[in-house]
This record gives sequence, structure tokens and C-alpha cells, in this order.
Amino acid sequence: MNEIEIFSNAFFGLATLLVLVGGVVTVGARNPIRGAIGLLTTIVGIAGMYLLLSAEFLAAIQIMVYAGAVVVLFLFVIMLLGPSATSSRDTRTWSSRYLAAAVFLASSLSALLALAGVRGETVTRFPHAPSTLGTIEGIGHELFTTALVPFELSGALLLVAVVGAVAVARGKQPDPTLLPADRDPPRKEGAS
Amino acid sequence: MTPDHLVPLEYYLAVAAVLFIIGSVGFLLRRNLLVLLMSIELMLNAVNLTLVAYNRHLPQNHAGQVFAFFVIAVAAAEAAVGLAIVLSFFRLRQTVRSDEADLLRN
Repeated sequence: MNEIEIFSNAFFGLATLLVLVGGVVTVGARNPIRGAIGLLTTIVGIAGMYLLLSAEFLAAIQIMVYAGAVVVLFLFVIMLLGPSATSSRDTRTWSSRYLAAAVFLASSLSALLALAGVRGETVTRFPHAPSTLGTIEGIGHELFTTALVPFELSGALLLVAVVGAVAVARGKQPDPTLLPADRDPPRKEGAS
Repeated sequence: MTPDHLVPLEYYLAVAAVLFIIGSVGFLLRRNLLVLLMSIELMLNAVNLTLVAYNRHLPQNHAGQVFAFFVIAVAAAEAAVGLAIVLSFFRLRQTVRSDEADLLRN
């Protein structure tokens, strides 16, 4: 075991810790701000794993888009909602909480057992990768030749998502063509 | 980098599987709409990790990483629209519990 192997194993262990602890915090925390920080931890851990898997471009995109935009959006909405974002007595009974812990424990144990079964020479080692794997040139070339149609469609999808998010979040506005006296009077609960 | 120094494929798949199970259990058992959306992001991240790990295992093209790229784009769009829906629902009911979303129930 030379230093490269020790370092890559330690880095993988750290990334796994971030991913799994962040995941448990995300689904288990009562305060959703704590859950959002758990989600951020998971995303950073996944980005670390992308670095180990020769996916540098994807790791950068993960940090920029997921950690930098999606989590920030979650935090904005949580703060907009205020104290109502935290729901008390979230899970129905104590039994569902224990069921969740049991399912998680069973899955982790089975994953560990499956790994222990293939320990040694039967473990799948990665082959040599070309030096262009995961680079911007490599992904960009594939994105604009083989995956051109999905690329353009995802641009249209993002446009539709932006318009849709604005339209949904805006709420009902009073009809501007009516006289002020004839417009919809504000409802008692939650006026837009 | 010579391959023997790298963590083998099954370890990544195991981490992705456990993360997916964490996300799905959180999605099924929590009632807070925000936690539901965050659990969806966890599941999508688990799938992305599986895709990228397999792409490293079969490195002749970038199919896995390009797929994961699109998954990230779709997840961002879905998070935006989902949070807009949560805001509208909050405006209507002053709560984010999914139990209160029962207007279509007979």
C-alpha cells in the first residue's frame, strides 16, 4: 500500500461519510434548515466521489448547480416560510421512525455483506481510462454530437421550468382590466 | 493512474444504493413537503453516482456522465417548480404538511 492507495481510500472513506451522514440528517432532521445543510453535505460528498471517478467536469457542475443553486433555493424558500416550515410531530407514530431506522440498517448491512462476499480478487477493478475521460473537451464533444438533441431539449426544459416557477409562485393577481371597485376582493386566508 | 490504486466499482454501487434507500425511506415516511423534495434530490444523486461509476468502468464513451449531466439539469428544474408549488400551497393552507393537501379527496 503506497501513498496513492492510502490517500484514495481515505478520500473515498471521507466522501462516503459525508454522503451517508448528510443523507440521514436530511431525512431525519425536524428543522428543515438542518435538513438542507445535510443535503449540502451529501452533495459535496458526491462531488468528491465524482473526482475519484475521473469526472472533474461533473464535480464542478455538481458544486455549482446543486450546492450553489438548488440548496440555496431550498434555503430561500425555507426562510420565506418562516416558522411554519418546521412541522411538529412529523411522522405518524414512533413505529414508523423505527421502521425507517430498521430499513436503513438492513440495507446497509446487506450492502456490506454483498461487498464482503466479493472481497479479494473478485472485486471489479476499474480499467485504464483515456486521459480525455471526464474532461470538458470529452464531455463537450459528446454533448454536441451524440447528445445534441437532449441538450437542446434540456435548454427548452429549463426555459419552461423558469416560466412555470414564476407563474406558479406568483399566485392569483387581480384582473387589471377591471375597475378597481370590481376587482376580486382579497380573500380572508392567504391573499396573493 | 494505475487501476489497482482505485476503489473498486462495488463500493460506489453500495454507497449509491444505501443513499437511494435513505432518500426513498425519507420520501415515504416524512410528511413535510420540503423534506420530501430534499429526499427526491438524494435519490437523484444516488442514481447519478451509479451512472458515473459505471462510466468509469466502461470508459470508451461519456454516456454515463452525459446522462448524469442531464439528470442534474432536470433535477434543478424540478426543484424550482416543486418549490414554487410548495409556496403556493403554503399560501393556500398556511402549512407544509402533505397531510393537508387533501382537496382532491372525496
